Amino acid sequence: MKEIKFIGRGGQGGKSAAAILADAALEKGDFIQSFPEYGAERQGAPVYAYTRIDQKEIRIHSGITNPQIVAVLDSTLLTALPVTEGMPDDGILIVNTVEDPKQVRSRINFHSGRVFTVDATGISIDAFGKNIPNTPMLGAVEKATGLVTLDVLKKKISDKFIRKIGQEGVDKNLNAIQRAYDEVKEG
Amino acid sequence: MSADSKKPGWKDLPDGGKILKPGNSKEYKTGDWRTFRPVWDKSKCNHCMICWMICPDSCILTEDGKRKETDLNYCKGCGICAEICPMKCIEMKKESESE
Amino acid sequence: MKKTAMTGTEAVANAMRQIDPDVVPAYPITPQTEIMHGYAKFLSDGKVTGELIRVESEHSAMSASVGASCAGARVMTATAANGLALMWEIVYIAASMRLPIVMSVVNRALSGPINIHCDHSDSMGCRDSGWIQMYAENNQEAYENAILGMRLAEKARLPVMSCLDGFITSHAVEPVTLFEDQSVKDFIGEHIPDHPLLDTDNPTTHGPLDLFDYYFEHKRKQSQGMFDAKSLFKEVAAEYNQRFGRDIKELEEYSMDDAETVIVALSSTCGTAKVVVDSLREQGKKVGLLKLRLFRPFPMNEIKEALKSRKVIAVLDRVESFGAFGGPLFSEIRSALYESGSPKIVNYIYGLGGREIDTKMIERVYEEIESYKNKEIEEYIKYLGVRE
Repeated sequence: MKEIKFIGRGGQGGKSAAAILADAALEKGDFIQSFPEYGAERQGAPVYAYTRIDQKEIRIHSGITNPQIVAVLDSTLLTALPVTEGMPDDGILIVNTVEDPKQVRSRINFHSGRVFTVDATGISIDAFGKNIPNTPMLGAVEKATGLVTLDVLKKKISDKFIRKIGQEGVDKNLNAIQRAYDEVKEG
Repeated sequence: MSADSKKPGWKDLPDGGKILKPGNSKEYKTGDWRTFRPVWDKSKCNHCMICWMICPDSCILTEDGKRKETDLNYCKGCGICAEICPMKCIEMKKESESE
Repeated sequence: MKKTAMTGTEAVANAMRQIDPDVVPAYPITPQTEIMHGYAKFLSDGKVTGELIRVESEHSAMSASVGASCAGARVMTATAANGLALMWEIVYIAASMRLPIVMSVVNRALSGPINIHCDHSDSMGCRDSGWIQMYAENNQEAYENAILGMRLAEKARLPVMSCLDGFITSHAVEPVTLFEDQSVKDFIGEHIPDHPLLDTDNPTTHGPLDLFDYYFEHKRKQSQGMFDAKSLFKEVAAEYNQRFGRDIKELEEYSMDDAETVIVALSSTCGTAKVVVDSLREQGKKVGLLKLRLFRPFPMNEIKEALKSRKVIAVLDRVESFGAFGGPLFSEIRSALYESGSPKIVNYIYGLGGREIDTKMIERVYEEIESYKNKEIEEYIKYLGVRE
């Protein structure tokens, strides 16, 4: 079973990202579960959201304390929170930042596993004019983990948003996710 | 209060305490609540029908637009008819004295 | 059938869409609100035909449910925690008037202190109010219990609380298989109300004053309704299982065949416990899980049968019963087993206000009850996961 943790701030779409990833994995044929951790739901407050993906039915209903994959949607949280807490040695960390992976590693003193960085905020501002880094982050997560496929992710994003934001809005999201997929760096 | 064996047992009651028979208050003769009885002096009455309008238990019987005797099956003896009567033709008398 | 990713609240909203009740009085409260968001969306999209009444409190939500149900409507609503507490007075009235209202209760801790997360203090608080109660392990069960519950309610002429765990299931996305709309409608059938008030050709009185000369008889009759609901549950479940290819019973016995130590629990915790049971079974340990899907009417005989020959039983209560000897599940199961004599039984109060219950904690419970095979239980009421 794969367990993924999204760390962001309220309003950045971490909860939706976790749910879209789960939905895409279900579409691919896996069993899934996704849930947010609710505390103070103020815009800007740290928010956690989780996804489980497995080949067999997921029955567990407890929280995730040892995520193999952690996606950080806001680089200011890197030092504010213990983002790598509970990660195994071969864990994968994906961070929304302009820094490169080596800088992130030294800043949080994380020298195991794999680290990826992408400027999801920059991509988001180019695409939507504001900081909603969740869809580009999904592109980066997919590149780093291969959990689903980019095509399935794109299809799910279209399904989810077409009614709300129309084809033009969907296209912006699809371009953003593709760009993040292409631009993410490992190190 | 102890259980009254003459009343139906729980198995014979409708679900949810519903009352299924409409107009069943007719079966409850409230006339035996009465300590004062309205005695009507037919000779003084001008059939203005104010007592008929005002009686809370609809006990003033009528025929062809005229007042008839009070329905003592349901009259509780409240005395409103006597109070309202402009002709002062209804007198409240003690049940024990009016037999 | 196709699985769709949806939250527990979306799953319940879909059950409401397929049932399409006539009247839905609702008042928002976390974590229930999203059920009504879902239903309201279906209503706006023309997918359902019912009337959504936006009332001014939960007391009014249940009052409107009672009124609509007396009138002859098929009624559903939903609430949680303090909302259910505010409904309290009318919750009892709905049951005593034998109204088949189905209410989803998204289990959440009662204040105070103020907390929005899962425990069962809300629905357990009204376990004796005369409502049938079902508890869901996951989103699929939350969806299905609402459908089965609707049929059961109308057959038993009793209201049904269909409970799911706040946030843990209500806000978790899981795969849910929805039945065909028509298949659900066929199963539910037409609502034939009992002497509806809108049948003006046959006027009846609902909810009259009832003093010492009849009240006791009416309560006795209501009680019989609940006893009868036990066999009606079996009937409805049999129809349901045949139509939808399920095997729903009052209880789910998981890995119980030769189990010596058994955990009894409700709702989402059972899913986590199943993971532990599987791993302990791989190590050759004779452990089992008994899940109650139906809590009211209490499946006393079935529980007795399932538990009588076990060695040690741990009952997990996600609620505190202040001043009582253990949580409600514990005291009732212990009472059910009184005459069978043999199993030792111990209570764990856990998970209050959404406190985590994970596989390690459940493993610890199995370890602990294993040790009671050969020693006395030093303490019958234990608190699992609280800081000392």
